[in-house]
Amino acid sequence: MKILVCVKQVPDMESRFRPDAAGVWYAETDLAFRVNEYDEYAIEQAVLLKEQLGGEPEITLLSVGPDRVVEAIKKGLAMGADRAVHVRDPESHLKDPFQIASIIAAYAKGEEFDLIFTGMQSLDRGSTQVGVAVAEALGYACATTVVAFEYADGTVTVERELEGGVKGTVRLKAPALITCQLGLNQPRYPTLPNIMKAKKKEVNVVPVEQLLQQEARLVLAQFSAPAKKGGGVILEGDVADQVDRLIGILKDKTAVLR
Amino acid sequence: MKALLVGECRDGKLLEYSYELFGFASQLGAETAMVLVGNDAALPSYGGTVYLAEAGKYGEYNPDLHKRLVQAAVEREKPDYVVFLHTSYGWDLAPRVAALLKAPQASEVVALAEGGFERPCCSQKMRQVVKPVGSPVVLTLQGGAFPALVPGGTPQKQALDAEGEGRTEFLGYEAAVRKGVDLTRAEIIVSAGRGVGKKENLPVIAELAKALGGEVGASRPVVDSGWMDAGAQVGVTGQTVSPKLYVACGISGAIQHLAGMKKSGFIVAINKDKDAPIGEVADVLVVADVMQFVPALTAKLAK
Ligand SMILES: Cc1cc2nc3c(=O)[nH]c(=O)nc-3n(C[C@H](O)[C@H](O)[C@H](O)COP(=O)(O)OP(=O)(O)OC[C@H]3O[C@@H](n4cnc5c(N)ncnc54)[C@H](O)[C@@H]3O)c2cc1C
Repeated sequence: MKILVCVKQVPDMESRFRPDAAGVWYAETDLAFRVNEYDEYAIEQAVLLKEQLGGEPEITLLSVGPDRVVEAIKKGLAMGADRAVHVRDPESHLKDPFQIASIIAAYAKGEEFDLIFTGMQSLDRGSTQVGVAVAEALGYACATTVVAFEYADGTVTVERELEGGVKGTVRLKAPALITCQLGLNQPRYPTLPNIMKAKKKEVNVVPVEQLLQQEARLVLAQFSAPAKKGGGVILEGDVADQVDRLIGILKDKTAVLR
Repeated sequence: MKALLVGECRDGKLLEYSYELFGFASQLGAETAMVLVGNDAALPSYGGTVYLAEAGKYGEYNPDLHKRLVQAAVEREKPDYVVFLHTSYGWDLAPRVAALLKAPQASEVVALAEGGFERPCCSQKMRQVVKPVGSPVVLTLQGGAFPALVPGGTPQKQALDAEGEGRTEFLGYEAAVRKGVDLTRAEIIVSAGRGVGKKENLPVIAELAKALGGEVGASRPVVDSGWMDAGAQVGVTGQTVSPKLYVACGISGAIQHLAGMKKSGFIVAINKDKDAPIGEVADVLVVADVMQFVPALTAKLAK
């Protein structure tokens, strides 16, 4: 069995974002990057499945992006993926979700993966399109927003999370693509021996030009902070002072403190 | 300009938020038609064309077939826009429809922008404007971003059919499990978010709740990590609450969390990040470390 996991590297969301020189995306200076949270669930699910099947499946990790994404790839390898593909693209942030999906699908086409795992969305772009678009391009069955996953004999049974805490159970046959949602599992921390082992694993670098044949369908026009609706009071400074001011406001504006 | 709106049914009923699609279309100034996989009982209160495919035949979740049904409606209407809600149904189906139509897609649109669409990015902290190339354009709309509009009237129903089979089999719904306190009745809720750091820190939150005479809630990662029971979760996939006072401790303010608490009477957020999106809904944003501020507040209240 062959498994593909798609991984994106995204900035820490607690960062301050500033527009880049073109004003269409964030400037990367001062940002710390990490593995997209949803993709960690995807890696973990692939590794859990490999363990369930006695280590037989081979897990390939794929990341599209500039040189820095090697760090994300290393983490995935240390979590238990077997090999990786780095589609090197210094301008991946300018590609639209459709192009990113086309790149992944172009790679996956010849490889005939049985299962593909992706995150349900990335924290920075948040398009929720890439996984599904890859499945469509490859003609794979696909289920999104998955919070429970089971596999037996080529059949995948998943729970999709719907609104209001309701879940929908869906069955599909491999080849299939699953997009992973929070709560699916608890991603493991790579252990030191596994980090060492990961250093020896193969990372195949492919220039993006070899895989991309599609024009963008969305153009980035602007990147900015949302207009502040205002109104709210912001308390900064010394903690004791903040406490006093908050209590004052609560007494003034609410009936909860007498 | 014409928009084909994709309504949503669950368990045989039209989901109320389907009416937000009409609210969006009116802002866009577009003529509308709706497509719905459902049944007669689920038809919207709307005087225009509704392409109705029978859920009895196609199922409420069968994306491969629903995709072709939407395509059939697109062929009849030739719309400029195909509009979904950004929900578990919409974000699942829209990219499939976009793939089939070779159409650009903008997801989770919150506003119209000159020549394009505004959408959140960077976990709601920032906004981007995207401009589609080509048509029709597939859109998903952020829940609540466009006000619901009930146009009224009786739809002109047109039956819709598609050929083939789906690659997924829907086995059924599973209702939410709710145990623990009913937060919907609580007057004061103090909620813990991932910013609380670790399970061992949770008593600090519980003590504040006690000092205020309220209950403890949580954001999703706190529940997913097993720090608290699922019953405590506030948000789209948790409980919708409207206490007199909501205190969000170390919660960033993701849209899915806000959906469950933004109707609270008074919102206090404690966050070390001054730019956290929770600031958008908070009446008071305390820029501080929860582990320093919360115990200090509790101590003062106890006096
Ligand atoms: C389909 C779907 C459904 C979802 N449903 C829900 C739902 O029902 N409810 C829900 O809550 N989420 C839900 N989510 C998840 C949601 O998108 C967010 O991931 C989640 O709400 C984030 O939780 P958080 O704010 O606790 O954590 P984070 O986003 O990680 O934020 C932590 C915050 O704490 C602050 N912080 C960190 N350390 C400290 C400190 N020491 N002192 C003070 N502040 C600190 C940070 O600045 C940050 O703002 C859903 C997501 C999806 C995709």
